[in-house]
Amino acid sequence: MAGIAVLCEVQGGEIAKGSLGVLEEAARLGAALGEPVEAIVCGSGLDDAAMGALGGFGASKVRVADDAALASGIAQPVVDACASAQESGQYRYWLAGASIMSADAMAGLAARLGAGIVIDAVELHAEGGALVTRRSGLGDSVLAHCGFTTPVGVVVTRSNAFAATEGNGGSAPVERFSPTFKAYSQAVQLVGHEDAEDSGPDIGAAEVLVAGGRGLGDAAGFAAIEECASAFGGAVAATRAVVDAGWYPYSAQVGQTGKTVTPKLYIACGISGAIQHKVGMQGSGTIVAINKDKNAPIFDYADFGIVGDLNTIVPKLTELIKARG
Amino acid sequence: MRIAICVKEVPDPTAEKRIDAGTNRLVRSGENTLNPYDRHAIEAAVQIKEGPAPDAEITIVTVGPESANRSVDRALAQGGDQSVHIADEAAAGSDLLGTARILAAALKRGNYDLILLGQQAADSESYVMAGLVAELLELPCVTQAASIELADGAVTVKRQVETGYDTVKAATPCVVSVSDAINDPRYPPLPAIMGAKRKPHEVLSLADLGVDASTVGAAGAGTTVGGLSKPEGRGDTIVIEDDGSAADQLVAFLLEKKVVA
Repeated sequence: MAGIAVLCEVQGGEIAKGSLGVLEEAARLGAALGEPVEAIVCGSGLDDAAMGALGGFGASKVRVADDAALASGIAQPVVDACASAQESGQYRYWLAGASIMSADAMAGLAARLGAGIVIDAVELHAEGGALVTRRSGLGDSVLAHCGFTTPVGVVVTRSNAFAATEGNGGSAPVERFSPTFKAYSQAVQLVGHEDAEDSGPDIGAAEVLVAGGRGLGDAAGFAAIEECASAFGGAVAATRAVVDAGWYPYSAQVGQTGKTVTPKLYIACGISGAIQHKVGMQGSGTIVAINKDKNAPIFDYADFGIVGDLNTIVPKLTELIKARG
Repeated sequence: MRIAICVKEVPDPTAEKRIDAGTNRLVRSGENTLNPYDRHAIEAAVQIKEGPAPDAEITIVTVGPESANRSVDRALAQGGDQSVHIADEAAAGSDLLGTARILAAALKRGNYDLILLGQQAADSESYVMAGLVAELLELPCVTQAASIELADGAVTVKRQVETGYDTVKAATPCVVSVSDAINDPRYPPLPAIMGAKRKPHEVLSLADLGVDASTVGAAGAGTTVGGLSKPEGRGDTIVIEDDGSAADQLVAFLLEKKVVA
């Protein structure tokens, strides 16, 4: 086994920013281990020149599986493509960023290959000639140094753990390959898609975000959040759980599948603070958490936490900020 | 219709978290509880039974020490008809793949039409078990279901992805992990809690399932934990309990930090 394969995800015809960051980190790791790094891209109607540009982010070769079966963004056909790439490439490590698709695809690949899998990796180190990851645990209070005993190791990195640069403008040779698809991998069919509408205020630009989660109780709970955000001259953000439940629009969602935000002030109201939310807002300047559960993980990474009833605290906060005008 | 729900016992979030310095494993002594994410999968199964598949038989499947039977009973109280509990000392120290191998062996034996999981485990925040188990069983897999509809031997699932919402369809048998937004799990009434112990419990060893003990547990783990270190923290956290003055204290803090003028 030799070399590092990086699954690079295509979103809206372009390589996902998260994948570029992982590819660059893999290139640093590959240099330290003396292993070449190859980018694996799965999709349909992919452009060779655009894929070759991954050479500018550290890939020595770009291997492209271009097939209608890979157009839907469903993970299982991607497992087949990665397994085909592994058959010819015999890679020692597989890396991918933690999108929903990539995480599912790496899980399937690890099971298919009997490979050890580490998820939520936040650092990649070369130690003793092998990859040793740092995997965050226990609410990010500890970093476990995880390595592999299997011939192939699979790593899913935490979203946003590795920021991408603009690249060096280089390019790499593109090689196309044809995956062998399994029947069960093609059994899940995409029957509909609603694009996330991008209406409403741009939460990425707001200096203050007041965010609501399931702790608000219901959709009506957002009225107090909106008032508070307006008092601060800021915008409203929401967690995946409340967006999925239909309480607030997708365009306001912060987290792994939503936006990544870095406001000066982030006030989390009724948000427990699961890792999928944290990765979207941990770069905020000051983090405030209001939650009735004193054990909520959000208190582990807030600067100022209030254990109490947000129904009384938030309106009072709004009045105090309004009074300061 | 046969529905299986894979559940996990996790340390109670209110208990102190620690890792054993000798073994680098999570210490699971003290109060344990049913993984809260799994309650959404159980509720989803109960709603299927109350709706399109009144004949559904719901089996709770878990891997864990014998003491995990309390969480199995908790899951049964919420809506299971019977349980399959793989309790074997050789399973201790299993990594993700090892746990998936044991679950897959137990699931294969049950010929289930629908295999449900919660979206992640609350202790390890692991979100890949559905993908691992589905691949080992060679079954279609859908994760992060925000809704499930069952009709004509197929499930239709709405799920959030990076670009919006996908609606996908898969024929049964298949594996589905559910989002914690899919439903609000109901608390079981007292008679259901009392009755859970009397439901059929099957406790199995690895040998019963034909699982080679060298492929699971600490011995068969594909990943190693070689050491632990402290991440860089955000610095000091101030946490206060609201005594009526919390909003005033927060504003004072924000003024001091010059976050508001």
